[in-house]
Amino acid sequence: MKYLIAVFITVISFGCKETGAQNSAVSENGDFAFGAEPKHVIEGVNQSVKVYDFEGLQKLLNRKDERTYVVNFWATWCKPCVAELPHFEEINDKYRDKNVEVVLVSLDFPAKADELLIPFLEKKHLKSKVLLLDDPKMNEWIPKVDNDWSGAIPATLIFNKNNRAFYEKSFTFMELENALKKAL
Amino acid sequence: MRTSKFIIAFLSVFALTAFAMPKEYNDGYKIGDVADDFKLKNIDGKMISLSDYKDVKGYLVVFTCNSCPYAVAYEDRIIALDAKYKEKGVPVIAINPNNPDVQPKDSYDKMKERAAEKGFTFPYLLDEGQTVFPKYGATRTPHCFLLEKTANGNVVRYIGAVDDNYQDVSAVETTFVENAIDAMLSGKEIEIKNTKAIGCSIKV
Repeated sequence: MKYLIAVFITVISFGCKETGAQNSAVSENGDFAFGAEPKHVIEGVNQSVKVYDFEGLQKLLNRKDERTYVVNFWATWCKPCVAELPHFEEINDKYRDKNVEVVLVSLDFPAKADELLIPFLEKKHLKSKVLLLDDPKMNEWIPKVDNDWSGAIPATLIFNKNNRAFYEKSFTFMELENALKKAL
Repeated sequence: MRTSKFIIAFLSVFALTAFAMPKEYNDGYKIGDVADDFKLKNIDGKMISLSDYKDVKGYLVVFTCNSCPYAVAYEDRIIALDAKYKEKGVPVIAINPNNPDVQPKDSYDKMKERAAEKGFTFPYLLDEGQTVFPKYGATRTPHCFLLEKTANGNVVRYIGAVDDNYQDVSAVETTFVENAIDAMLSGKEIEIKNTKAIGCSIKV
């Protein structure tokens, strides 16, 4: 029994140490943290992606601070999603100093992130923040993003402490900018 | 007085609902609706309708495609569902709702190839002109609609995902479709009638 407890404690402290190390790496990169611990980080050569479950992501979705968040659900294999990514990048660039934060939530298969998502990010050099949502209990978390979401992507949530709007659609740049302006 | 107020309230609610929900395709079918039949081309060139099936108790209509990784992740499970439930009177009918001009991987020829590769045991129909999926209200692939064949038509009994874990079959906790079919076949109330899942938007 004592032995078991010792093993347990060792495992736990190892676990903590690792997360701690990841966290400091994260802030050094100037990457973001929204008050939730990533489940883990997938490291590429130049790009890394933090992996969250929905409990983690929800901390971002529930934020009520001074910023306006544009949270886009996408995947590398989703053609219309990839087609509209430049619009999100442009919003990120144009509204950076207006307290707008674009977060691209990838729904790529976690098991294939190494093969698909990381190379995609290394190629595209996205400036917006990217994270990977790894939570198979979709029927539980999809309605928590928005009750009207059928689950099809692309889908986008634009919110701040006063406004919240959900869009299950593809955007042109103008449509996206107008949707953002409605929230600002 | 109270009764008349009640009647007025009832009538206004009825009127409002009647106006608010025109019989359009916008929202598609809800649980309990009677689904229209269709006539779509199968990969073998034959036209298939629900009414072609004489001795069945229902149908599992699955909107699916070649190009969507979620759909691909569920292919084996859909084959397994057909194997298990066809003989119990609930065959799988797969329909590709995508416009092949927008997604060439979902062309009629590619459908034939994929069906042969995977050994589909069920029809794989092309929603040519994309008239069927909007009626059903399918929004993504894969998207399942369980229909029960009744004297009043094919009644929608379940809409949603196959199960609750697209990543890992062995980690599935709730087999939504199986549970729904089992309940339907034994005349019990289906516990979970609607589920949501991430999927690829239908290419129009």
